Amino acid sequence: MGETSLWHPPSASTIAPDVDAIFNFVNYVSYVFFLGVLAAMVYFVVKYRRRSATDRPAPVVESKWLEISWIIVPTILVLVVFTWGFKVFVRMNVAPPDAYEIRVRGYQWNWQFTYPEGFTTSKNFTVPVNRPVRLLMDSQDVLHSFYIPAFRIKQDVLPNRYSAVWFEATQVGTYDLFCTEYCGTTHSGMIGKITVVDQDTYNAFVEAGGDVGGGTPEQKGQRLYQQQGCAGCHSLDGSRLVGPSFKGLFGSTQASSTGSHEVDENYIRESILSPGASIANGYPPAMPNNYSTLTADQLDGLIAFIKAQK
Amino acid sequence: MAQTLTADPHAPTAHGHAAHPTDGSYNYLNYDKTFMSWAKTVDHKRIGLMYMVTLALVFLVAGLFAIALRTELIATNWTNYAAGEQDAAGTIMNANTYNWVFTMHGAMMTFLFLVPSVPAILGNFVLPLHLGAKDVAFPRLNLASYYFYIAGAVLVIASLFVGQLDTGWTFYMPYSARTNGSVTFLTMAIFIAGFSSIFTGLNFIVTIHKMRAPGLTWNRLPLFVWAMYAVSLVQVLATPVLGITMLLLFTERIFGVGIFDPALGGDPILFQHMFWFYSHPAVYIMILPAFGIISELMGTFSRQRLYGYRAVALSSVAIALLGFLVWGHHMFVSGQSAISSIIFSLITYLIGIPSGIKVFNWVTTMYKGSIWLQTPMIYALMFIFLFTIGGLTGVMVGVLAVDVALHDTYYVVAHFHYVMMGGTVIALIGGMYYWFPKMFGKMYSERWAKIFSLFVFVGFNTTFFTQFLLGAKGMPRRYWDYIPMYEHLHQISTIGSYILAVGLFGVLGTWIWGLMKGRKAPQNPWGAATLEWTHATSPPDPHNFTATPVVTRGPYDYYLADEVFLTRNAPSSGDGAAGDGSDGDVPQGDGSGDGAAATVVARPIVRDFKPH
Ligand code: HEC
Ligand code: HEM
Ligand SMILES: [Cu+2]
Ligand SMILES: [Cu+2]
Repeated sequence: MGETSLWHPPSASTIAPDVDAIFNFVNYVSYVFFLGVLAAMVYFVVKYRRRSATDRPAPVVESKWLEISWIIVPTILVLVVFTWGFKVFVRMNVAPPDAYEIRVRGYQWNWQFTYPEGFTTSKNFTVPVNRPVRLLMDSQDVLHSFYIPAFRIKQDVLPNRYSAVWFEATQVGTYDLFCTEYCGTTHSGMIGKITVVDQDTYNAFVEAGGDVGGGTPEQKGQRLYQQQGCAGCHSLDGSRLVGPSFKGLFGSTQASSTGSHEVDENYIRESILSPGASIANGYPPAMPNNYSTLTADQLDGLIAFIKAQK
Repeated sequence: MAQTLTADPHAPTAHGHAAHPTDGSYNYLNYDKTFMSWAKTVDHKRIGLMYMVTLALVFLVAGLFAIALRTELIATNWTNYAAGEQDAAGTIMNANTYNWVFTMHGAMMTFLFLVPSVPAILGNFVLPLHLGAKDVAFPRLNLASYYFYIAGAVLVIASLFVGQLDTGWTFYMPYSARTNGSVTFLTMAIFIAGFSSIFTGLNFIVTIHKMRAPGLTWNRLPLFVWAMYAVSLVQVLATPVLGITMLLLFTERIFGVGIFDPALGGDPILFQHMFWFYSHPAVYIMILPAFGIISELMGTFSRQRLYGYRAVALSSVAIALLGFLVWGHHMFVSGQSAISSIIFSLITYLIGIPSGIKVFNWVTTMYKGSIWLQTPMIYALMFIFLFTIGGLTGVMVGVLAVDVALHDTYYVVAHFHYVMMGGTVIALIGGMYYWFPKMFGKMYSERWAKIFSLFVFVGFNTTFFTQFLLGAKGMPRRYWDYIPMYEHLHQISTIGSYILAVGLFGVLGTWIWGLMKGRKAPQNPWGAATLEWTHATSPPDPHNFTATPVVTRGPYDYYLADEVFLTRNAPSSGDGAAGDGSDGDVPQGDGSGDGAAATVVARPIVRDFKPH
């Protein structure tokens, strides 16, 4: 991870140093202008302070030269900065043709990543280092925006329309992913992690269908509970978030729009795969219906995990 | 304005007010004190004061919301971030409440406070006085604009009972088509309040064209008037677009017509275009009047002609018109085409330059002046300090590649607070201190005003400078909670907001104290050279001037403005910095200035006055 400075988050993509260079340039020029204005103000206030209420200073004759110079100089500076920003912007917008392509879908309030090999992860995702990656994105509901500060990239994600962004990670590590277009209650929870790994680790990740780490089904379920964003809506301590808490859920009797059910393995399975089929009383139909891509293995894990929440 | 043109202060005017005392003891505040005389008043000065009280309440409520937001952000709610454990109750409020509060804060501050603020309060009060006019061109329309504003504000309050509006003040689609019903109320409120802006704008444009006093040519207009002119143009041209956008949103919600919601075949980007087509020019509606105030203050307290008067005047109008061509800089990452983004970025820069030039002009105005550091001037200098930071960071976010990273982070939050709060609100406070003696005929306490200005300055910078750092490091805006690495900066910011709050309540306190206990103000405590100070009493007559002033010089031509200096007892005791002025003797010109033949003076005044 690049070290953090006063003004910058870690810098971990090919584009980040270019963006920072412009940022620093503008920042330094700004210091100069600001200090200049400040110094002039302080100097004038002291030098020309009022000495008598009847001071009647002679009018100052305006200097054409001065006025022209303070039009020309900022204009030139600003055009330099514009052109520079424009060049980097174009690079940001044109992905290399051989980029590795991952499908990203935003929904309230999580991210889902579908890899070209066919498996999916949510909330967190993993990419190989030193390889251009293109994200083809859309939204299932409202606007979101995909932002990875360490890569200096951001792109709004829209319903019924694709948008794309690309990057090439340069440093192995774990970086933050934020949603930056306001999207409702848990906008601030629509965050995740991107893990950059070397190519070998990446191959192993693909092998395992995106779930590395093994362990008991319950441990697997625990990971998925985080990764798939269940945690954003279902607590483990009995408190009410968007959906019912998992604490003591298994084996309880649940009143829902289709009558009363005992919560068993099948009920949970159905709740995850087709949440719209039966809505728990007193809750909004807010559970996303895009978990149908979970593998049987993953479902087992989740069910085992929920069972264990006594 | 078909008035007898007369230079003699004692000649009866066409309206025959000679019967009343003309020393300020009979004035617009006390000529009729009944409630109905206020509720039905068409006097621009009273309407200005009514706006002042109403807007102060709005600012108070929206400001308390801000304090609540900052308090929520004082600590992260992640009890264990690595394990994904978060306290859903929040520090003081849950996520839904936060979303509601930041929406109300933003919507009230922009639509109900900033957009009307300076024109409605100071514009109404000062503009006709600056023009030497009796009132605005359409006094009844002016009153109507106030009641339209009230109707909008009432709808906003009504929305509080319908549901918690949580769209952000930007109402981006399709979220705002799907969330709860209070959106409908808010869009209607903004639609209706929009008429208030349009009426005010129309009124000012006509007033400036038609009601200038004899001799008051365009080149002699105070820069505040120029700013009001520019801002009125924007209000009249841009507000209807906002109205239409709100109406379309309303139609979509109520009748399910697909305009913006893609689920109905609409286009959410279209909404953003329409919204920013208004809302970018609206930032000029908010800042141009502040430019006007600062120009007045710099001229008066430097006792110099405003450096580059023409450039400053015309650049206001240029900014107003060019401001219509840059809305797309809010949409660099929205999915609009890259070509559009590039063009919008370029024009944004071109329009930034006139603002920079203004800063240079203000600073240079002090050169070889006679600078008097009274509270209004302190706020003017504070404005230049803060607005320069706001403007330079505006250049930063205008850089295409950099904005990709900074957009919708706290960097932008900091930037617009430096411009809107550090700019407009600080200028408004400075303007209020400046015209306070004219409005109420009382002086505030200079010492306390200065003390609280320090709180405002320190509090403001502590609150918002930290947010530049937060944003540059990636902290997104509109977040109820944040990951632990941002906690320190958020804490500092919150503490700053408390200091700022103390400062702002203090400012209010100095005004209330001034009203109740303040010393009686002379006609021209600042030795200013514009008509409201040279020709109108403090407070002014119900009809502003007892005789129509005749103007023979520019607004800051002190070297010609004998009437500012001709006083009965000025030169002997007039030591501006240390002068006592404490004898409470408020000399009213009694015609002793009649000798100033070149500048025809109705009511020559007053020595320089140290207000406490
Ligand atoms: C956006 C919030 C949200 C997310 C994310 C979410 N759920 Fe839900 N979930 C809900 C809501 C709301 C309900 C209740 C309404 C319903 O029954 O559909 C619910 C209901 C359920 C139920 C049925 C509970 C009952 O008492 O009937 C189960 C089981 C469940 N969710 C499991 C999961 C799992 C496992 C995940 C992660 C893979 C998950 N949910 C992700 C919101 C969410
Ligand atoms: C008392 C000082 C103030 C404080 C502490 C404050 C604080 C805040 C905070 C915390 C936010 C939310 C940021 C986010 O989560 O995205 C915000 C947003 C905003 N504030 Fe302020 N604010 C203050 C004064 C003002 C003033 C005076 C104005 C206008 C004149 C203003 C205009 C706005 C606007 C337009 C937004 C954007 C709302 C949005 O994100 O939609 N604020 N402010
Ligand atoms: Cu979001
Ligand atoms: Cu803009």
